[in-house]
Amino acid sequence: MPEEGRNPSSAGGGLLARSGNARVGDRVAEMVVQGGTLEASEPFDRARALSAFKLSDNLFYWATRIAALSVLGILGGIILSLIVGAWPAMKAFGFEFLWTQRWAPSAQPQPVLGALGPIYGTLVTSFIAMLIAVPVGLGIAIFLTELCPQWLRRPIAIAVELLAGIPSIIYGMWGFFVLGPFLANTFQPFMISIFEGVPVLGAIFAGPPSYLSLFNAGLILAIMVLPFITAVSKDVFDTVPPVLKEAAYGVGCTTWEVVRNVVIPYTRVGVIGGIMLALGRALGETMAVTFIIGNSFRISSSIFAPGTTISAAIASEFAESDGLHQSGLILLGLLLFILTFFVLAAARLMLMRLETKAGK
Amino acid sequence: MTTVMDNAPSISPIYARRRRKNIIVRVLCVGAALFGVTWLALILFTLFWNGLAGLNMQIFTEMTPPPGSNTGGLLNAIVGSLVMTLIGVGIGAPLGMLAGTFMAEYGRHERLTSVVRFINDILLSAPSIIIGLFIYGAVVVPMGSFSAIAGALALAVIVTPVVVRTTEDMLLLVPGPLREAASALGLPRSLVIRRIAYRAARAGIITGILLGTARVAGETAPLLFTALSNQFWSLDLTGTMANLPVTINNFVQSPYEYWKQLAWAGALLITLAVLTLNIGARILGAERTSK
Repeated sequence: MPEEGRNPSSAGGGLLARSGNARVGDRVAEMVVQGGTLEASEPFDRARALSAFKLSDNLFYWATRIAALSVLGILGGIILSLIVGAWPAMKAFGFEFLWTQRWAPSAQPQPVLGALGPIYGTLVTSFIAMLIAVPVGLGIAIFLTELCPQWLRRPIAIAVELLAGIPSIIYGMWGFFVLGPFLANTFQPFMISIFEGVPVLGAIFAGPPSYLSLFNAGLILAIMVLPFITAVSKDVFDTVPPVLKEAAYGVGCTTWEVVRNVVIPYTRVGVIGGIMLALGRALGETMAVTFIIGNSFRISSSIFAPGTTISAAIASEFAESDGLHQSGLILLGLLLFILTFFVLAAARLMLMRLETKAGK
Repeated sequence: MTTVMDNAPSISPIYARRRRKNIIVRVLCVGAALFGVTWLALILFTLFWNGLAGLNMQIFTEMTPPPGSNTGGLLNAIVGSLVMTLIGVGIGAPLGMLAGTFMAEYGRHERLTSVVRFINDILLSAPSIIIGLFIYGAVVVPMGSFSAIAGALALAVIVTPVVVRTTEDMLLLVPGPLREAASALGLPRSLVIRRIAYRAARAGIITGILLGTARVAGETAPLLFTALSNQFWSLDLTGTMANLPVTINNFVQSPYEYWKQLAWAGALLITLAVLTLNIGARILGAERTSK
């Protein structure tokens, strides 16, 4: 350091002489940061240093800009590759694909494929999942923000967030080995015997009990999105200004009245956004469902019968498929992508609205 | 009604009704919390119970067994998973960091930024099996075969949005005066970002990368038809490579008891890895906020 101070021009010149090196900008920057020996260098060197700066500046700017554009490129690539892959099936089946129930990849002379079964399964399992997970998830979020003693809040909140990160195949395994047998032996016979003979419910809860069923898949999905709904709604509930809640408690509201009349109205958009985000997950979830749904393309009125979802159908058949069969599976994927895209886009727009509100 | 009146004879009926309703809802909320926690505790309990029973040194020293065999481990699958995750993060993290940098530093008020942010948020929760289909169409078909590199690319596509999101958020937290001070000293823009902003946001960005790694460590669906799997030791990136999630997927549905035991052990390993990464990310994040 003192040496540089004594003879700044030679030190600076020495460094800049190596300006062919791409790191020259960095070195000069080091000097600027460390107190600047640059001002004494010759005009020629200064010009070269500046142009080196300019070059690396431009390179970095374009690198970041291209990276940002590549995010759009990924989306474009996904859409394009799905459409290209699905094209033969689109041409062969047209819109009939949407409401054909038969799925016969090895039929002659050409496969007969219809998406109705998987679409039905996807919607039913997601509906069951939401029916269970939304009330429970909101209940836990209310418990965490309003009822839980302060010292317990952080541990539970952390546990919930960690559980949201557990890979879905773990849930699938557990559903396959533990939940499926349990439901088939206890819960399903019980429901079947209760609703036997009741007009509509009797058909929904019809036997025989089975390890692999739409209901089992819906329940495992519910358990899976539960931490997710809880985490999002807890975050959303935390955006309510404490003053509002304190004012309500101050005029004598009960906890339920505060939640019902202050917290929920204030966060409604965000809660719905969070629920739709969870719905997006449930619709596209693959591994938690594949083991336990039975991969049957037939539509049955009973939720205890095996079925399939779009993602489960792709996961279990894609690797062994070819030709039109594979194209049909990609078309299923395209349908799933369109479905989740709109659900997720709506969710994001709602959450964005809440953010701007909270920012005000 | 009567019990409430007995306990507090002076309460008006309206208040009694409100109080009763409140108590019911409170009980339901506590019940919901217990319900949720019970399921999740059950899952973790089963996982640890079965996983620990199957865990031994063999798992880390031997290859995946052929059908019917009662010895063997998961060595090739563990190594394959590590290789693909590392390559995936190695591609996805820098890409995500650069994109996040653009959004927070250069294009803060550009239209492009809000479009990218919106699309990125959607990619963040897009079904992972769709990403598998994308890579199948974009990489596997042109290459003509399933390959580890295709699997790694699929993972990279999943990591990128996570890193984009956290990098942008963390850079936005860096105070402007820090950048202004650096600019006033004559630092060009790119160096202000690399030397000042990155350094200030380092903990947060590393947190994001750890979270992204945790996210892909257990991903199965996109690997099913990109990397496929393999029973043998292989480090060839252009061929199929064994990996933990797909191995678990195959073993769970097998008829052999020993394979199922291996699947549980593998599942426990993945869960432990994911939890460690998540906790590590949390500790880093906590350090940042406490500063």
